[in-house]
Amino acid sequence: MTREEIRAAILSIITDIAPDEDLSNIKGDVRLRDQIDLDSMDFLDIIMELRKRYSVEVPEADYPKLATLDSTIEYLEPLLKSK
Amino acid sequence: MPAGSPFTAARIVITGIGLTAPNGNDLATFRQSLLTGKSGVRRITTRYMGEVLAGVCDFDELKYQRKKELRRGTRAGSIAIYCANEALADSRINIAAADRSRVGVYLGVTEHGNVETENEIASIKEYNYDVKFWSHHHNPRTVANNPAGEVTLNLGITGPHYTLGAACAAGNIGLIQGVQMLRLGEVDLALAGGVSESIHTFGIFASFKAQGALAAHPDPTKASRPFDRDRNGIVVSEGGCLYTLERLEDAIARRARIYGEIAGYAINSDASDFVLPNAERQAQCMAAALRHAGIGPRDIDILNTHATGTKQGDIQECIAIRAVFPPGCPLHVNNTKSFIGHAMGAAGALELTGNLPAFEDHIVHPTINVEHLDPECALPNLVLNTPKHVDKVDCILNNSSGMLGINSAVVVKRYEA
Repeated sequence: MTREEIRAAILSIITDIAPDEDLSNIKGDVRLRDQIDLDSMDFLDIIMELRKRYSVEVPEADYPKLATLDSTIEYLEPLLKSK
Repeated sequence: MPAGSPFTAARIVITGIGLTAPNGNDLATFRQSLLTGKSGVRRITTRYMGEVLAGVCDFDELKYQRKKELRRGTRAGSIAIYCANEALADSRINIAAADRSRVGVYLGVTEHGNVETENEIASIKEYNYDVKFWSHHHNPRTVANNPAGEVTLNLGITGPHYTLGAACAAGNIGLIQGVQMLRLGEVDLALAGGVSESIHTFGIFASFKAQGALAAHPDPTKASRPFDRDRNGIVVSEGGCLYTLERLEDAIARRARIYGEIAGYAINSDASDFVLPNAERQAQCMAAALRHAGIGPRDIDILNTHATGTKQGDIQECIAIRAVFPPGCPLHVNNTKSFIGHAMGAAGALELTGNLPAFEDHIVHPTINVEHLDPECALPNLVLNTPKHVDKVDCILNNSSGMLGINSAVVVKRYEA
């Protein structure tokens, strides 16, 4: 997957998990939880969806790396490169 | 609480009603459906079983919840939130301005957690039953207090909340719990009643079918037919009904509309069988409720039966009614499940509510779908198929019973100062 495809994939997951939110102006370098209503249970939903949709396992130690949209893309790029 | 406390003798009244039934999402519509013979039963498709008959509610889930709350919560929670908000609006209580630490939420449920567990199992089946795909939402969705807890989250209520597991007597028992907590002075406002999401679990249908107690009929609207000679079982339904209950003095102080006064109640146990009803214990329960209300059998104007449309259940309840109400009693007898099916945890509360307008309009809604009355169910003044006008309605008795032999009876009086 390209970076753009990964970005779209992440936003698609967040759209399902936070369906009341407007994601059109989401900033890549600002913490997601500072921009939209996203709590720890929602975050676990993102982890679960990555597992279900892309067979990606994110160890708990790496959760902080998924704080922003940009950092999430950065983290997932090598894992999704061949998908 | 010391004897003679102002709370122990408090009169408790219904000041607001919120409901969703398969044939109405507010009291006016529900009542109209009961007076015009409108059913809420239709065909649905359920996991593993294909087509079954069920009572389905169509309230607006997004009226009081955001999409995210809906996704995270349960159907029972959603039903409870809708009913709680509607009851508060009906009572004209501004919950945001109230002392929410003095509000209690008491919800009867027949069962809870089956729906969510079945969904998770179906979900991990897609992943070869690998439990790493089991949702972290499972526990908060399936804890037994879930629907009541969702109400407190939605409304910012910080008083007590819990559910009361009482099989199909639960709607009555949620109401009784609210009355008791008001009398104990534990809360100043009770949101009490019952909810059911049971049509979303295949297990309840499969189990009734295995027991030979699942209703079948080519016309879904005619499938639920208590007292009919050809009845063949239960139609499972979803629904909810919550009341705002207050001490009379509080209701008067804020000039609330009063639907009725909870005059008495009783709960007892058969101690005889897991599923088969016990007419003797049911009779004892009704008699105890009358004593608790300080009235006699001749004072009841409407008796709403629990009858679910099973062969034995309907007959046993009729035996119990004959034992408590001797010939010549003026009461009229009806049934609500013939319209909406069996709304399980919501049944007691919904069925009582459908009769409350009779205090004002003096109409007894019928039991419908009786083409050939079973002689063993031919109670005097059983109101069949069409509504009946009566001279007065001052007292209503509502019966609800459930598996493991739990019986409940609630007596509501027309409010008089």
